[in-house]
Amino acid sequence: MIKFSDHKMNEVQGIISRYPQGKQKSALIPVLHIAQQEFGGWLSTETMDYVAEVLGLKPIEVYEVATFYSMFNLKPVGKYMFEVCQTGPCMLNGSDDIVKYIFDTLGIRPGETTTDGLFTLKTVECLGACGYAPMMQQGKYYREHLTKEKIDTIIAECRSIAAASN
Amino acid sequence: MGRKLLLDKAHIENIRLYDVYRQHGGYRSVEKALKSMSPDQVTEEVKKSGLRGRGGAGFPTGMKWSFLAKPEGIPRYLVVNADESEPGTFKDRYLMESIPHLLIEGMITASFALGSRTSFIYIRGEYAWIVDILEQAIAEAKHNGWLGKNILGSGFDCEIYVQRGAGAYICGEETALLESLEGKRGNPRIKPPFPAVKGLWDCPTVVNNVETISAVVPIINEGGEEYAKIGMGKSTGTKLISACGNIRKPGVYEIDMTISVEDFIYSDEYCGGIANGKKLKACIPGGSSVPILPANLLLKTAKGETRLMNYESLSDGGFATGSMMGSGGFIVLDDSQCVVKHTYTLARFYRHESCGQCSPCREGTGWMEKILLNLENGKGKMSDIDLLWDIQRKIEGNTICPLGDAAAWPVAAAIRHFRDEFEWHVTNPEDAVRRNYGIGHYADPVHVPVG
Repeated sequence: MIKFSDHKMNEVQGIISRYPQGKQKSALIPVLHIAQQEFGGWLSTETMDYVAEVLGLKPIEVYEVATFYSMFNLKPVGKYMFEVCQTGPCMLNGSDDIVKYIFDTLGIRPGETTTDGLFTLKTVECLGACGYAPMMQQGKYYREHLTKEKIDTIIAECRSIAAASN
Repeated sequence: MGRKLLLDKAHIENIRLYDVYRQHGGYRSVEKALKSMSPDQVTEEVKKSGLRGRGGAGFPTGMKWSFLAKPEGIPRYLVVNADESEPGTFKDRYLMESIPHLLIEGMITASFALGSRTSFIYIRGEYAWIVDILEQAIAEAKHNGWLGKNILGSGFDCEIYVQRGAGAYICGEETALLESLEGKRGNPRIKPPFPAVKGLWDCPTVVNNVETISAVVPIINEGGEEYAKIGMGKSTGTKLISACGNIRKPGVYEIDMTISVEDFIYSDEYCGGIANGKKLKACIPGGSSVPILPANLLLKTAKGETRLMNYESLSDGGFATGSMMGSGGFIVLDDSQCVVKHTYTLARFYRHESCGQCSPCREGTGWMEKILLNLENGKGKMSDIDLLWDIQRKIEGNTICPLGDAAAWPVAAAIRHFRDEFEWHVTNPEDAVRRNYGIGHYADPVHVPVG
């Protein structure tokens, strides 16, 4: 059984209170973000059903939203997700080489996760960082002006954080 | 050196903080509006300013505001569109990151004009850290009495909330945005009814872009007529241009809309010329949806006039020989870039972002992507080029929202101006796989004769 902590439940109630009475469905996307972060980085059926219960919605209302938006993961992902932008302006600045370099280094193709569960590679469409290309999203932040050396540094950084937290 | 109205203070140290922002004249427009103007007078100033929506469509903002229905007893809403997702566009992000209080100040004044007591910023989900910046600014504004109940003793109450999306270009379309804000899939609504009549939770709603609402601040401070003196024709005020691609100095620039495209690309104040000693081949001047132009037509119109960075001049010649100002996402391609490959990435983008409601867009975008991928990989046929043309024509105008048009136009323009490059991919399949194309063909892209 999954359940939000009291602290997170307060946050959810705060979000619901922004909307008029009876419009708590508006909280769905913000609450799915919280749920994804709290319950393992992805949305299982159990998680989605729980969110439906919290917001008083039918489960199908949650599924149809979770499947529409690209930031919601519907299967498990690695601890660190590299979401490399590949749209026009990033392509002009060599995003193909970045994807290839991550493949060469970690041995994962877009959509795959390393066997140690640390890294997932994903290609995404325009993230609004075209002037700082090539770039990727990693967690909450953007990593911009990517080079092979920078990728090496980021991977090493992630590995050392993971090692420290074990 | 052009005049700056939005970013003039963006480089001041700690301008993100309320105290610094206030010291530099922040929140004066709210004082002026709430203490000495009526809501209709604020709208009137915005009308006089000639401000046009900065999200891409360029619709007059004052007019949009005046369409807002005001039935008794029903709340009205202002929703700021911060779902910046048009490839090539990153100006709103820059504005929110560097000077967040400008947006909050503009929102309070605009909310007063529209009678919105609860206003929302709908921001794309990926801009997660900007949510923190905005919420910090909102908390500071509230702490200092610019939000909450009875602001400045005017009797006007207002709250602002930030709502995150979760990755969907389509939510930049205003009715899809409202659906998303209601906790649904981002499927655009059929218009009419327009949001001004039936918007968020079926209440009258105005949806405006981040830059548009920020421009309300200088308009109220200096007066609509003063604002309208900047720029030319129906391109009044300043515009943020986010420049990217193969230029020496990518970034966000505030321009008054009188400078030429050539100056914008080559002057050191702006893009600083083409990177790595290469030549200008083509440019998409207003975000990925607007037509690509080859260098010769970009710098001069078909009539031979200097092309300027404003709404009228960029669209001079229609789609045959012109383009659009759009969102101000300025994407530059140097002469080693392949138009077919670039167009393929855009087609893939639109296929990925189609919401799937309308068959021409849902099916057409995927079909175009496949054909373009084949051409790019040397597996295309000559007849594919005509087929592409046919598909894009049947998407355009046949969908509920403008995403269909946005997907069709880049493909159409690429074929219109670079058909020979598509044909080259068919006739030289091995070279097409091996290298980018362009440099050999356009020895001097700027001086290719028109026609």
